[in-house]
Amino acid sequence: MTWIWSNGDLIWDRTLDHLVLSVPPILLSFLLALPLGALANRYRASRGVILGSVGLLYAIPSLPLFIVLPVIVGTSARSPLNLIIALTLYGVALMVRVVADGLASVDRDVRQSAAGVGFSSWSEFWQVELPLAGPVLLAGLRVVAVSTVSLATVGAVIGVQSLGSLFTDGFQRGIQAEIIAGIVATVVLALVLDGVLVLLGRLLMPWTRKSSSRVLLPVVTPAAVTR
Amino acid sequence: MNLFAQAVQWILDPLNYVGVNAIPLRVFEHLAFTLVTLVIASAIAIPIGFFIGHTGRGRGLAVSVAGAFRAIPTLGLLTLVALWIGIGLGAPFVALTILAIPPILAGAYTGFEAIDRRTVDAARAVGMSEGQIVRGVEVPLGLPLLIGGIRSAALQVVATATLAAYIADIGLGRYLFTGLKTRDHAEMLGGSILVILLALALEGIFATIQRFVVPRGVISSRSKVVRVRSSRARPMVNSAVEKGTQ
Repeated sequence: MTWIWSNGDLIWDRTLDHLVLSVPPILLSFLLALPLGALANRYRASRGVILGSVGLLYAIPSLPLFIVLPVIVGTSARSPLNLIIALTLYGVALMVRVVADGLASVDRDVRQSAAGVGFSSWSEFWQVELPLAGPVLLAGLRVVAVSTVSLATVGAVIGVQSLGSLFTDGFQRGIQAEIIAGIVATVVLALVLDGVLVLLGRLLMPWTRKSSSRVLLPVVTPAAVTR
Repeated sequence: MNLFAQAVQWILDPLNYVGVNAIPLRVFEHLAFTLVTLVIASAIAIPIGFFIGHTGRGRGLAVSVAGAFRAIPTLGLLTLVALWIGIGLGAPFVALTILAIPPILAGAYTGFEAIDRRTVDAARAVGMSEGQIVRGVEVPLGLPLLIGGIRSAALQVVATATLAAYIADIGLGRYLFTGLKTRDHAEMLGGSILVILLALALEGIFATIQRFVVPRGVISSRSKVVRVRSSRARPMVNSAVEKGTQ
């Protein structure tokens, strides 16, 4: 325990490093997965190709990817950018399937009604499909956030500093408290980011706030309410 | 691209096929380690999962434990266990088994839960005992999801077994770490390519098994089911959720 009290600064610094590594991939994977997931949901051929390739991408173990990726994209293996790109790839791999499934879960009748009252397919996507798929997307993004925070620690073994550095350092110097502090800090950081996403979800999707049954059966669409 | 050529050259180099560090030996180690871990994790997780799935008891606990494990970083667990029980094969073994249990457990009980309650009630109504229901109805119908759980566990174990080379002399990860230490890019990259190929091969094998274990009766009734159901099926976030972290 004394190790933790005398190294608070170190833990805080590594936490900040960790945030820099894990927040961009979470945001980027959502932004990139939206068009890919929408494309996968639209045509049968694109669905097979896109979901098949993200499935394979997800099967690639993290450490080998961290080593192979710099050779492909030309970054340095020890640069945070390399890790950010790799973590974004995993996030996209997880999120694309969620986006495709979430959009597919929107009732076809609702979409036809939207077309009937004059939505173009572009505005129907943004104002009807996306908000209705929102709770599913949020659930997926929360998984991405937790797994990204956990995966980012692996970068420590190739020399990218994060909370994972507490594991490698603690292991080499035989300090158990340092490893435990690292695990606790990683879990806490994951929970904090998860909480932020839940809050954002409540702000952006106020109609899910009232009752949990509404989330499962979003009959009243936000677009319908504002019109 | 030159680096890739060097990596391929490293993989094909006859010198890497002899001695204690031979590629076939390392591949075998990696695979054997993965399989033994999966078998032990399955032996623990499947009976518990079947119990939870059949009785519905302890589900909340299982969900929260599995969720908590998803957030625990694998490297942290590996290094911590290594400090506890010392350097050697024991530490990665324990850590990987712990990591493999939650996805298999989830696969086992969600497989039971996904079965239409009426099917189970019908089995009970025709006089099947609880044991017969589990063996004859719930296990076969839940098998695809259970295999799916073992599949995610296998992916995770193959990936983490690579990381285990950080604390023990085991598997293909050794090439990555010696390559990193000696700045031998060909070895590092060659080893990485081998791990990736191994992971993709396992993924392919499990995907095929998963397809084959769907009972024939389920396949023949599937086209009808699709038409009866509303197009808004339950959102399948779980498929991604069960995969968890590597």
